[in-house]
Amino acid sequence: MNVKKCIHAFIFVFALMVHTTAFAAEPEIRGSGDLGLIIERASGTAQIIETTNRTKLFTVEGLGDLSHASVVFSRDQRYGFVFGRDGGLSKVDMLQGKIVNRVVQGGNAIGGAISQDGKLVAVSNYEPGGVRVFDAKTLEMVADIPASYGDGLLSKTVGLVDAPGNRFVFSLYDAGETWIADFSKSNTPEITKFKNTGDLPYDGLITPDARYYIAGLFGEDGLAMLDLWHPEKGIKRILGGYGKGEEQLPVYKMPHLEGWAQAGGNLFLPAIGRHEVLAVSATTWQEVGRIPVHGQPVFAMARPDGRQIWVNFAHPLNDVVQVIDVDTMKVIKTYKPGRAVLHMEFTPRGEQVWISVRDRNVVEIYDTRTMEKISELPANTPSGIFLTARAAKTGL
Amino acid sequence: MMKPSGQSPARKLTASISLAFFAMVICSPATSGEPEAKRQGELIHQLIQDCGSCHGLTLKGGLGPALLPQDLINKDDERLTDIILYGVPGTPMPPWEFEISKEEASWLVKRMKEGNINER
Repeated sequence: MNVKKCIHAFIFVFALMVHTTAFAAEPEIRGSGDLGLIIERASGTAQIIETTNRTKLFTVEGLGDLSHASVVFSRDQRYGFVFGRDGGLSKVDMLQGKIVNRVVQGGNAIGGAISQDGKLVAVSNYEPGGVRVFDAKTLEMVADIPASYGDGLLSKTVGLVDAPGNRFVFSLYDAGETWIADFSKSNTPEITKFKNTGDLPYDGLITPDARYYIAGLFGEDGLAMLDLWHPEKGIKRILGGYGKGEEQLPVYKMPHLEGWAQAGGNLFLPAIGRHEVLAVSATTWQEVGRIPVHGQPVFAMARPDGRQIWVNFAHPLNDVVQVIDVDTMKVIKTYKPGRAVLHMEFTPRGEQVWISVRDRNVVEIYDTRTMEKISELPANTPSGIFLTARAAKTGL
Repeated sequence: MMKPSGQSPARKLTASISLAFFAMVICSPATSGEPEAKRQGELIHQLIQDCGSCHGLTLKGGLGPALLPQDLINKDDERLTDIILYGVPGTPMPPWEFEISKEEASWLVKRMKEGNINER
């Protein structure tokens, strides 16, 4: 009797073990649309997170020097391409949480882009100055575009974005030029050079409708704009009068133009060297307003519905985030999450915003309707937050 | 009413003086003009994180030039200290004198020339 009971119990436990093992071994089938990468600056790692339950899924190690890092995603959102400062290009499997390929393609890189068809990944390099383009599948180099100018010099390249027609657009910091590399016909690109971009372009963006490329200039007033529908018309200077006769404050962190927000027919731009966010009409390219803010803006990010702009600031005022109401063009909320707020990213439909607070080693998550903090995740010196929804956006 | 203490006023004074002297010895930096340990930590943090925004987290360069020992070896200490304090007009290098003193800047120059900069 006892023996029989014992055997039954044994079978039961055994069956349970088999069941549990089988269950654990079966990979969870999930989508990739609510995933994201959080760069952990100092440790050269990235967290893979999901925004539905707001949890960490994996930590990915061995990504190199991430002091300045950015990420683009494959068109199916399965892979993130991480561009590190040390020239490292790592292909991360978002579902398995590991690096599947990695090359160190240059000495010092600033960022990258993925082509419209998803087949090419381009990296912008400071050292050696220029853009290198890789096969997204194998990470083999397919094109090398040295940013040569003057007498055999190489320029640092900035503001690299993808544009419709399998083109990449970027600017030459030292040379003051903007180049279009057209990969629509072959992997040997046709290069078109615009030599009068202006003095020291420090970053560039493509508008959300993918028509205009705009470079910010450190060395002079105004911005350089290129209409990609009509590149033959060349570079146009916009907001040329902006800042004339006003003394620019010293800049403790360059604004990032990727976050330039388009909302309500206007573009909202961080003003360089000023405690202002600029509103510019996206049809007339005239300034339509300046919104006074807490410090020098680094990112001005529009909530996907365009109703709010969230702004963070340069050192030493980088412990604050402000929210601008687009309707009234006024700051409606000021948060103080802690020292070194480095980045903000909205969920695809904008109900949450994720904010990295480097020196507190956390990522804070806010509800953008109630404006309340809903959660926070620990992270080691977090900087950039990149959600996979970027895969479907030109220029991101 | 005060409770009489076991120590004479003279002994108490001596004790206080030697305590103060001891405090001075342990609190003053080894070399004159060097920031104290806590401040050194803050400066290294700032060098890596804030200067690193342009010069790279490992100081091997970015939009701004590399700041490794081999890049600085032939550069004058005082000139480098001035660059930190007053910036370089016409370039993105801003002045830092609003939050970094001359002694701190020259200590940073010394540390950058030594290399191996890490946060604990």
